[in-house]
Amino acid sequence: MATISFSQKDGHNAFIPTLSEADTGPGALSGIPLAGQDNISTRGLPTTCGSRILEGYVPPYDAHVVTLLKKAGAAIVGKTNMDEFGMGTTTENSAFGPTKNPADPSRVPGGSSGGSAAAVASGMVRMALGTDTGGSIRCPAAFCGIVGHKPTYGRVSRYGLIAYANSLEQIGPMARSVSDISLLMEVLSGYDPRDSTSINCPYSHIPDPEIRGLKIGVPEEYFGEGVDAKVASVVWDGITLLERKGAEVITCRIPSMVYALAAYYVTCTSEASSNLARFDGVRYGPPADPKLPWHDAFQQQRRHGFGIEVKRRIMLGTFALSSGYYGKYYAKAQAARQQVRNDFLRLFRTFDVIAGPTMPTVAFRLGEKTDPLSMYLSDILTVPANLAGIPAISVPCGTSDGLPVGLQIMGPHFKDERVIDVAYAFEQGVSR
Amino acid sequence: MTDTAGVAGQESRSTDFSDDEVIIGLEIHCQLDTRTKLFCGCSTDYRDDRPNSHVCPVCLGLPGSLPRVNKKAIEFALRVGKALNCTVPDESEFARKNYFYPDLNKGFQITQYDKPLAVKGYLDIEGEEGEKRIRITRVHVEEDPGRLVHKGGADRAKYTLVDYNRAGIPLIEIVTEPDLRSPKEARRFLNKLRATLEYLGVFDSEKEGSLRVDANISIQPKGWFGREGRGKGDRGRAEVKNISSYKGVEKALTFEVTRQKNALRRGQRLETETRHFVETRGITTSSRSKEMEQDYRYFPEPDLLPLRVCDLAAGIVLPELPDARRARFLSEYGCSPIHARTLTGDLRLAEFYEQVAGSDPIPAATWVADTLLGELNYRDMTVSRVSPVWFRDLILLVKEGSVTDKGGVEVLRSLLDQLRESGSCETPDQCVRRLGLKVLERTGGAGEEQDPVTKASREAVAEHPQAVADFHAGRKEAFNFLVGQVMKKTRGRAKPADVNQILLGILGEED
Ligand SMILES: [Zn+2]
Repeated sequence: MATISFSQKDGHNAFIPTLSEADTGPGALSGIPLAGQDNISTRGLPTTCGSRILEGYVPPYDAHVVTLLKKAGAAIVGKTNMDEFGMGTTTENSAFGPTKNPADPSRVPGGSSGGSAAAVASGMVRMALGTDTGGSIRCPAAFCGIVGHKPTYGRVSRYGLIAYANSLEQIGPMARSVSDISLLMEVLSGYDPRDSTSINCPYSHIPDPEIRGLKIGVPEEYFGEGVDAKVASVVWDGITLLERKGAEVITCRIPSMVYALAAYYVTCTSEASSNLARFDGVRYGPPADPKLPWHDAFQQQRRHGFGIEVKRRIMLGTFALSSGYYGKYYAKAQAARQQVRNDFLRLFRTFDVIAGPTMPTVAFRLGEKTDPLSMYLSDILTVPANLAGIPAISVPCGTSDGLPVGLQIMGPHFKDERVIDVAYAFEQGVSR
Repeated sequence: MTDTAGVAGQESRSTDFSDDEVIIGLEIHCQLDTRTKLFCGCSTDYRDDRPNSHVCPVCLGLPGSLPRVNKKAIEFALRVGKALNCTVPDESEFARKNYFYPDLNKGFQITQYDKPLAVKGYLDIEGEEGEKRIRITRVHVEEDPGRLVHKGGADRAKYTLVDYNRAGIPLIEIVTEPDLRSPKEARRFLNKLRATLEYLGVFDSEKEGSLRVDANISIQPKGWFGREGRGKGDRGRAEVKNISSYKGVEKALTFEVTRQKNALRRGQRLETETRHFVETRGITTSSRSKEMEQDYRYFPEPDLLPLRVCDLAAGIVLPELPDARRARFLSEYGCSPIHARTLTGDLRLAEFYEQVAGSDPIPAATWVADTLLGELNYRDMTVSRVSPVWFRDLILLVKEGSVTDKGGVEVLRSLLDQLRESGSCETPDQCVRRLGLKVLERTGGAGEEQDPVTKASREAVAEHPQAVADFHAGRKEAFNFLVGQVMKKTRGRAKPADVNQILLGILGEED
């Protein structure tokens, strides 16, 4: 087996471990340096989710996507930094320190897949894997000025992805061009019997920039309160460009947006509180203190192992699922989620895609967001796609005050090809 | 912890307890006898292997691993649901039961909660007063957790080891309505349930730890149960957890009946509580640890899709079940009702009987249901150790008259002892010869005086003149006494008819 050497300087703390030499083989991604992410299991390479609680954990198996990448010849050169367990919008919640935004190192790269975005944006790697639970691929793509795609739920196997919120998250591609996104999607997607939520819908597609006659819905809510006016204007310019290329642009409404953020945070914290229960120090990670009674040992392990944001979300989720509150929170969140899904299904009877900004603002300054709630609010434009399980891509569409802005395009279930085509059309239109 | 803990307070009012009834409901966990685990491909045949040798990322709960449902386990559980006359809802669902424990690989157990696989069934048992219908609330599927191992015993071990070989073994949980009215009924229900599960080919009761029972038990005024608004006047109940044997269930419940009755008689009020059965001492103790009262925060398992298994259930053809087989044993073999019930109460026994029934099924039933079963129980052996081939030969030897009934039992005992000691045994024929149990054939004619039965008879008559005199005085029992003496001298090998005839002849000569 051939190897490639990898000696890029990591000036933005994009990576946790890197390999100076990585295996590569024949295939669609032969010789391409590619970054894995720290929450995707790789046999023989530490996989810690940016958390102290998994320090030293080396999985004995490869995630399904890693197997696919290896088969395609990709050279996995390292694992990127991320918000601990994917919980964050800035990549500041990492046990390994924050990642910096290559577009402006005083700013955050977005999150939670900020390491992957920075690794791609800085040119260290051509492509990277990200994971998107509520915008964790699209947000850093928008903030760093690259392309990031969250596939339709079920299109990419989650086997080996260390779960944060199972019903919402997908692994997806991050790259500098839409063509590379498409190339990586071809490798990653497909049925995996080990993931019961996996759907047999392989991706085999060459992006087509022809969008004449395409109906684009633009929800009012995506330009409403909380969305920075300059960002909104840059995105409108982008949508106008699509109109000039022959698409029809019509405004629309997503009434369920008012519930989206609450439904999202109740769902993801509930699932997380259960998913993260296994980190008790018995089987992996730093061992729990064997001298303590097990109950105390588990407590100590989790108190010291998890960061503050992770603990906050575990507490929130534990509360939301507890008896007497389940109906009030978790069950209600699922009902709201169904409404969001219904709204999108309704819109897609009229529109081919929905477009709007990816993030309501440009990248925050490092340390700027200290209040968790204001951080959560910045996810408002990305979480609807996760709640509905639909594909959504963020493509660079200019700058505001010199900082990248992302245009988000969402499509119906299993129409990843369509949103990639629209992103491609946009990319081609800008570069011409 | 004492055995009287759980008594909450005194009640001044004394009550008449003669009209009380015992109310019992059971929750039974059985391991399904599939070849692979519930959510991964690991083998379930772990009992003789090293700890943690039947594990993979899924059943170890490694981060990132995902469960996938073993269709066979669902099919097995549906067989049970159908055999228990349950309804299979259009959709059922797995859920997570969240709690911390060192044997729990993921910090939650995948089980079923508000959408079980099968609901609302029943099982008919032989109750205290004839046939009785016990209602089944639900049947659901779940994964077994791992197992904690304490080297040298729980009290002495300085550390705890965890073995995940058991983690992910498919379990079914069967919940009954509180329809059982005595510990004995509970035992009968379990026996019937076990037989049913074994007939279905989904359960092996001989595997260690394959069955665990939780029992709810209370003593209430007669008619309280089933009364409208019965919350009032509830005397409280005990949930006895983790009973791991059939005998244990009856023992634990019997203990509880006595404990609760005594408390009520003393005017104490019983508190609803969880209790533990201490198998070695045959008692239950109160366990008020917090882990028993926790909130499991159930929610639908997001990694698994809802189950839609009505078609799978509809396609299942059930084998002959205990009741049907019992009816057939009555009609086909002419077994007595008691024999038919005993023989069909255990799949292995029923199959064994059918292999040895041959052309003479009625005595064969006696041999299997009475003699063999008794000798096996005495030796704590199961019928699977016995070869139907030699057992059939043994019955044949008795039937042909080569061995007397008594001699046959002696042979059986010897063969079972050999099996227990060395795992193998002689043929009945060899055993008969070695023990010299072959029936003495009468030699008539000229050789008559050499005939051993005749010789023994003459000796008996000569040695017991008083008996002879009594016989002649018309006392029948004197004759029986003499027959016994002859049998003793021939070590049971003489045919009774021969002895009668010869003795009568000799006694007649003396006239
Ligand atoms: Zn396994």
